[in-house]
Amino acid sequence: MDIPTLESLNLLAVLPAIILAAYTGLLLVVDLFIPNENKQRTALLAILGLGATGVALGVQINQYSAIGDQMAFGGLVIVDGYALFLQGIFLLSAILGILMAMNYLPRRGIERGEYYSLILFTTVGSMFMALANDLMVVFVALELLSIPLYVLSAFIRDDPGSEEAGMKYFLLGAFSSAFFVYGVALIYGGTGTTSLDGVAAVLAGEALNLPLALVGMGLLLVGLGFKVAAFPFHMWTPDVYQGAPTAATGFMSVGAKVAGFAALIRVLVTAFPGAAQAWGLLVIAIAILTMILGNVTAISQSNAKRMLAYSSIAHAGYILVALSAAQFPELAQEASSAALFYMLTYTITNLGAFAVVMAIEKDDGSGVEIEDFAGLAKSRPAVALMMLIFMLSLTGLPVSAGMVGKFFVFGVAINAASQSVWLAIVAIVGVLTSVVSAFYYMRIVYMMYMRDGDEEAEYPAIKPALGTALAVTGIGTLVLGFLPTLLFDAAQRALIAGL
Amino acid sequence: MQAIFAIAPLIIILPFAGVFINAFFGRRLMENPDSPAPGIVASVMAGGAFTVALLLFIGLLNDPAGAQVPLFTWMSIQISPERTFVIDWTLRVDTLSSIMMLVVTGVGTLIHIYAIGYMQFDVEENVHKRHLHGAEADEFKRRYFSRFFTFLNLFLGSMLILVTGNTFLTLFVGWELVGLCSFLLIGFWNDDPEKGVANAKAANKAFIVNRVGDFGMLMAIFLLFWSFGSLQFDEVFSRGECMIEGSQADCITLSPEELDWNPAATSEEEEARSGAIGVLASLAPAEEGPGELNTLIFLGAVGFPMGAVVTAITLLMLLGATGKSAQIPLFVWLPDAMAGPTPVSALIHAATMVTAGIYMITRSNVLFHMAPFSETVVAVVGGLTALVAATIAVAQFDIKKVLAYSTISQLGFMIAAVGLGGYVAGIFHLATHAFFKALLFLGSGSVIQGMERGILAGEAGHGDEHGSAHDDEHHAEHDDHHDDHHAHPDPQDMRNMGGLLQRMPTTGWTYIIGSLALAGIVPLAGFWSKDEILLDANNESLLVYILLSVASFLTAFYMTRQVSLVFFGQPRTDAADQATESPGVVTIPLIILGALSVFGGLMNLPFEGFHQLGHWLEYSVTYAHIPKFNLTVAVISTVVALAAIGLGWLVYGRSPSQSSEDQDPLASTGPLFGFLEAKWYWDELYEAVLIRPFTRLSDFFANTLDWNVFHDWFHDTLLSGFFVGGSQIMSKPIDQGVVDGTVNGLANLVSGSSRGLRRIQTGFVRNYALVVALGVVVIVIFLVARFVL
Repeated sequence: MDIPTLESLNLLAVLPAIILAAYTGLLLVVDLFIPNENKQRTALLAILGLGATGVALGVQINQYSAIGDQMAFGGLVIVDGYALFLQGIFLLSAILGILMAMNYLPRRGIERGEYYSLILFTTVGSMFMALANDLMVVFVALELLSIPLYVLSAFIRDDPGSEEAGMKYFLLGAFSSAFFVYGVALIYGGTGTTSLDGVAAVLAGEALNLPLALVGMGLLLVGLGFKVAAFPFHMWTPDVYQGAPTAATGFMSVGAKVAGFAALIRVLVTAFPGAAQAWGLLVIAIAILTMILGNVTAISQSNAKRMLAYSSIAHAGYILVALSAAQFPELAQEASSAALFYMLTYTITNLGAFAVVMAIEKDDGSGVEIEDFAGLAKSRPAVALMMLIFMLSLTGLPVSAGMVGKFFVFGVAINAASQSVWLAIVAIVGVLTSVVSAFYYMRIVYMMYMRDGDEEAEYPAIKPALGTALAVTGIGTLVLGFLPTLLFDAAQRALIAGL
Repeated sequence: MQAIFAIAPLIIILPFAGVFINAFFGRRLMENPDSPAPGIVASVMAGGAFTVALLLFIGLLNDPAGAQVPLFTWMSIQISPERTFVIDWTLRVDTLSSIMMLVVTGVGTLIHIYAIGYMQFDVEENVHKRHLHGAEADEFKRRYFSRFFTFLNLFLGSMLILVTGNTFLTLFVGWELVGLCSFLLIGFWNDDPEKGVANAKAANKAFIVNRVGDFGMLMAIFLLFWSFGSLQFDEVFSRGECMIEGSQADCITLSPEELDWNPAATSEEEEARSGAIGVLASLAPAEEGPGELNTLIFLGAVGFPMGAVVTAITLLMLLGATGKSAQIPLFVWLPDAMAGPTPVSALIHAATMVTAGIYMITRSNVLFHMAPFSETVVAVVGGLTALVAATIAVAQFDIKKVLAYSTISQLGFMIAAVGLGGYVAGIFHLATHAFFKALLFLGSGSVIQGMERGILAGEAGHGDEHGSAHDDEHHAEHDDHHDDHHAHPDPQDMRNMGGLLQRMPTTGWTYIIGSLALAGIVPLAGFWSKDEILLDANNESLLVYILLSVASFLTAFYMTRQVSLVFFGQPRTDAADQATESPGVVTIPLIILGALSVFGGLMNLPFEGFHQLGHWLEYSVTYAHIPKFNLTVAVISTVVALAAIGLGWLVYGRSPSQSSEDQDPLASTGPLFGFLEAKWYWDELYEAVLIRPFTRLSDFFANTLDWNVFHDWFHDTLLSGFFVGGSQIMSKPIDQGVVDGTVNGLANLVSGSSRGLRRIQTGFVRNYALVVALGVVVIVIFLVARFVL
């Protein structure tokens, strides 16, 4: 083992993550001095920190074309285009998540400063998921990401539903994390290293113990599959999404999922290109089952949060479609770009959909049944229009971000279909289940526009923070739909190092 | 390029700035609901655009070659590794577009000013009609007054986009935008309590009929791109010119490198590279030297000779022009379009928008020159339209309908002119017609509002001093008559007018000037431009010459009829009796336009050393030609006009009818007059041949196919049954039964415990964990069995 030097640590390369980590620690302390009735200030400070991180990240992105990939912490962490793009998504979702919570938490009477600090912590974890170049770092980042989310799920302490959600999420999360660590251990046993490039190098040569490494890889798939809510590790999702405070649900439906994929894609593509055939088939099978289960079960849901939970399972399936095309080395980059772009569109659209749910949720947490959307177009035309945009985008109808995202994801799968018929099948299942998804997304549209609602229904006022979140997500969804090249170019340049 | 041309973008930016201001702040500008502020903003913007047009014109005087002022790249599509299809948004400043800019902004500015006065009265009248009071009335005024000027400015900007476009695509953008404005303004009073539905229908009719023309335009643009590989004016036209005059092999639209991506090339590699735009055609050079345009254009696998393709393109363009410029067979929308407020009729439906077709054909003169057959068709369509519309105008009673058919007829003159290759004559007539037809429309608006003021005065008179205004027994009789049957005489019906010259002298005299100009009396503007068209017709085609001569006879006749009915004789209703002159803001534009109608001919006198417009256009219209002045033609046309005026005076002026109930003197001709009054039954014909079958077909689609079959059976029964059933199967038997059963069964195996079947989404963490564990088992077994054993 080399002795770390300042040069090999290369702290500058991970400056954004370090800034955010340090700032979060500081914010915890500062929060103690902010009176309880002024916790909105904590939120603003948190956004400030995310903004500062964003500036540092922007500088890095700006310099990326000149400097190229960098290692930090002696190779444990890698800063490549892939990581930079993902960190951008995480910061965006954290800012939006806080904006939504600023409006939501006070209404439900659960505003405490820790909420915002926890979001920052989990964001730091997400960032390291994207940066990790070593299985141990992935694990640490995974825990840093997950534990705050357990707390956020149980944030309504006097609500048994929320407590139950947190508890379930924690137990199952711990269970799957255990599989993940076990997988890391087996891989170490099989290859003698936990570094991603190291594992790849060993597998390319004469592996010490191939079966151990392969089984280890399968267990990694379980641990990360749990995070992204892929079948059959999805079972926690509806219960937790329904029970957790909506602000936290919205945030974790994108933050945790994208972070899970960040690590999953990098681990499979860089560490296991040698076993691509093995994980390729597994991912295809999981993708197909996930899309079918998510979409079909979503149809029979009556609660909007639960419906969105199954919908988020389905979307994990679509991202897996892209990943399944990454098993072919020549398509790996294209597939990861498609996945990145899809995750961006999903982040913006899904956060927007949850923002709308928050906009109509009553102060006691009720009012989020699908029936409650009836007549929204009359009573709240702007909000209904937003929801229409998000539903169109989630369905994947033009002209919306979701349509473009799906286009690229299925496109890469079809490109790969010449190599394996399974990819044609997974693409076809994807398209068919998208059609099925129209059934439940459009039901909300139907409710909003065609049904008369309760004339007396009173909706909570939309404060500037939530309004901003709605506007950003709504406009973002349309802009990405109309001008996808703006960011798809960026996604195409967001290369995974070593490919 | 001269520095002055750099200001060209302002000519579009200013009207759109007006749109922005009036759309977002228009109502706030009207703190006082009677404030004309939005109108002033719009007029200032129009005036600013006119100033810009003047400056560009001055720049062109020094440098007639003009300039292309780049704005931005609109689209840039890489269609093959070597070739990128670029459409720049560039403003084209040349002698042709500058004439159009001057006419559009000049007449446009006058009409904007006129509209301030007109719309204040019009909005007031609509407040009155809707019985609005207080704050409601104020809000109504604010909303509609500012909205009107928003649309008017939007129209001006759109028209300028059309005429400054440097590619067929930008021209098309303007083309569609002015169509939209026309729609919005025709249906401006679509919530009128009495005529709202009719107005909305008129707007729809204009829009839908124009769709047919736009289809032609679009197809023409597609074919152009296909055969010429470009949509940029200069590129298309220089290739066309080259083909007419040079060796066709040199004029291949695409260089050999560019041809690489053509699908006709056989090599597989190239086919792969051709990608999605593989259907684009290529050219196979045929023969050397000028002559037949027999270069083959491949549409897919079939090759067509260049000459045929250009003929198709130009005929499709003509279809577009018949829509926008209201020619046979698509002219039916224009008379209905008079439902819009009068400034709209003047600006859009007489002076500017409807001339877009003439402009487009003139702009594409190279293409038409390549297709002699199309030129003939254009000329005949124009001549026929001129004649047919003129006959209809003779038998109309609505003051604006007469002008509408007159406009169609005059547009026919212009189309005939450009069809005969007389581009100078066409544009010349376009400009002078803009002056005097705008004048006539604005004059008719002034007359109508004079009548409306008369009606209002009559109502007030009834309340206060009953009967005192009617010392004349004859008039009193009339008044009773109208009170019995219809409380308000139609202020647009010429039968209800008469004797207005004394009551509205400014309007009356300018109207008479406009009529004389339209009739083509020496030395007014209309004489010179019409004479030039007739000159071209005389040189090129006897048929068209006869058509146009008869049409110009009728023109002079119906204008005499109109002037006699409206301005001479005795007032035939109370309203006409009490009509009053319009305010200065209305009459001053009339006077300016009157002056232009008198002196407009100076821009292109047909004598040696003059012909300014002709020489001016030679810089931008390749095939412009200037016919030699022919005294015989001029004398004949003058005699024809004078004879028609004389005849008109004999029929209508000498013994004016005394009552609005009198029959038209021509009605004694029997069915012919009825046939003309009914507009040749064009609308009825279209109704029977096109609309009714179409309605029936859509009825079949909507009610039978869509509702009964698709909605009721396919969607409600089949699809939703399938989904609901599928969902239930998935959630109950499969999810709860099969999956649940399997999971628990296997779970029992794994854990060694048997606790019976349980539902899967139980909410129990232990079950969830079991499913995870099961997943792990399956994955591990799969990996080991497939890749290890």
